[in-house]
Amino acid sequence: MFSRAYKAAVTIPPLAWITLFLLVPYLLMFGYSFWAVSSGNVVHQWNLGNYHDLLAKDVYRDTLLRSLWIATRVTIFALLLGYPLAYFLSFYAGASKDLLYQLVIIPLWVSYLVRAYAWKTILGTDGVLNTLLQFFHITRHPVDSLLYSPFAVVLTLTHIYTPFVVLPIYAAMEHVPRNLVEASHDLGASPTQTFWRVIFPLSAPGMIAGATFAFVLSLGDFLAPQLLGGPSGIMISNIVVSLFGAAYNWPLGAAISFCILVLVVSLLVLAERLEKKWSYS
Amino acid sequence: MTSLLSIRNVAKIFGKTHVLRDISLEVAAGEFLTILGESGSGKTTLLRVIAGFEPATSGELWMGGGRLDALPPYKRPVNTVFQHYALFPHLTIGNNVAYGLQIAGVSKEETATRVNEALAMVKMGAHAAKKPSQVSGGQQQRVALARALVNRPKLLLLDEPLSALDANLRRQMQIELKALQREVGIAFVFVTHDQEEAMVMSDRIALLKGGRLEQIATPREIYSRPATSYVAQFIGHTNLLRGQVERGVARCGSLTWSVQAPDGRASFSVRPENVRVASGAAAGSVQFEGLVRHQAFHGATEMVRVECADGLIVLLRWTGTGGAKIGDAVRLEFSPRDAIAVDDAEAG
Repeated sequence: MFSRAYKAAVTIPPLAWITLFLLVPYLLMFGYSFWAVSSGNVVHQWNLGNYHDLLAKDVYRDTLLRSLWIATRVTIFALLLGYPLAYFLSFYAGASKDLLYQLVIIPLWVSYLVRAYAWKTILGTDGVLNTLLQFFHITRHPVDSLLYSPFAVVLTLTHIYTPFVVLPIYAAMEHVPRNLVEASHDLGASPTQTFWRVIFPLSAPGMIAGATFAFVLSLGDFLAPQLLGGPSGIMISNIVVSLFGAAYNWPLGAAISFCILVLVVSLLVLAERLEKKWSYS
Repeated sequence: MTSLLSIRNVAKIFGKTHVLRDISLEVAAGEFLTILGESGSGKTTLLRVIAGFEPATSGELWMGGGRLDALPPYKRPVNTVFQHYALFPHLTIGNNVAYGLQIAGVSKEETATRVNEALAMVKMGAHAAKKPSQVSGGQQQRVALARALVNRPKLLLLDEPLSALDANLRRQMQIELKALQREVGIAFVFVTHDQEEAMVMSDRIALLKGGRLEQIATPREIYSRPATSYVAQFIGHTNLLRGQVERGVARCGSLTWSVQAPDGRASFSVRPENVRVASGAAAGSVQFEGLVRHQAFHGATEMVRVECADGLIVLLRWTGTGGAKIGDAVRLEFSPRDAIAVDDAEAG
């Protein structure tokens, strides 16, 4: 079919790219995670001290658990918002389907930073929400706990990653043959029974894909916690950033990064297995 | 026969298109009724109106003394075999068949028994644990049938269920399906565009054209006594003779014979097998001459096209020995009682 030269020409550049910019850095990072820092310098001395610190020091474990909990909540809320939206879009939007679909996409064109700052102006002490609450006399004083909290981080990340959940679910639902819905009605199943027995299981692969996006992207997020999280909303990536930056402890940063990498890759593998198991096209 | 389903003056309009116009017909209990028509004749829409997937624009459906059209599809005592089977891809074949029973709240033991019976009936008992994608199209067809029949509906609707099968399998399934229908005694309303299929399987055929019911009758009757020129031409082959009736005499070109019909324009259908090579004098038969223009061998018989005076082309089923030769001059005849007067919207 294709000549050897052609095959080489199309396969070598991406392979080289992956090797140079992904595999080599990961290996370097993996190597770094076994080194140590002594009086402000990285010393090339093999040891497991970083991994020991990671397990022994509460701050790392707590932050990692908090990050997982934030990512879990973001995933749940994004699914709760995104699934009904995708269902409505696919089954009931009718003529306005394309327009509504575009409305889901458009926020993705707006810079992440802009959207995060928007929440800052909404949630702040003198922000839009507090002004409104006081205007309607629901509260007398501004509520300080809105901004700089895990709540603010979950809210912002949910807003940012919901489209990533909607799109794969919508795609899965568009692939559900409509005659299956008719067949289910024909066999006596009400619309509710049809949803749970036919539409929901057939949209499961899209749900898994969407949930994986939301979870993995929010777990690794460091901008939202930095801008809106405050001290109580710090996530694991903020620690990695500071270890590689101000704290200048690359080995420990590398060890944490490597742990997150292993976690995320195992999640992706699991998600892919589930998606394969539940897809029937 | 008692009427099971009564379709009364049903019309369906999509936008500005009249898909069904004033359809009225009765489906008898236990009968095999075929809705036959070309694509766009409205046959599938009529089926979908009965199933409840499309509301009728006007008209009523009655079943067992109640209005069927007032019920949503999931409350109608009918089941459908879909054109592309519509089996649930995430369920095993056994669970596909069990679906309706589970929804109806039938006990686990009874469901298992009935599913096994239904799958055995369509010779799919060995495949219950497989997914639909793991069996062939013909097998999926049988599963779709079992899934519908296991619910013991009063009426089974079948939307061109054999159209995706190849010719041999299709003929085999036609016979199996008809045998199965007799066995279970459930009324079938079967949609097809294939007139041969309709003839093979049906107790009665309802022929639709442009959303209108042209004729509803047994295969024998619809063939031998077509009501309209369209029916005569759609079911089998025919010679359509167009002419005039004057004082009890039909005149089509140079052919004349006596009829009992009112004066005016008239069309007659003469089946090819009723046209013979003339044997002797015109004792009560209509005789005419022509040249053999075309012949096609069909095995048992031969179809021959003969060109007669004033451009009349006659098709006949040649049963004589030796066959016809192109260019031969032949003398043909048919009996006036085989010339069936038909309504002819296209005449003139």
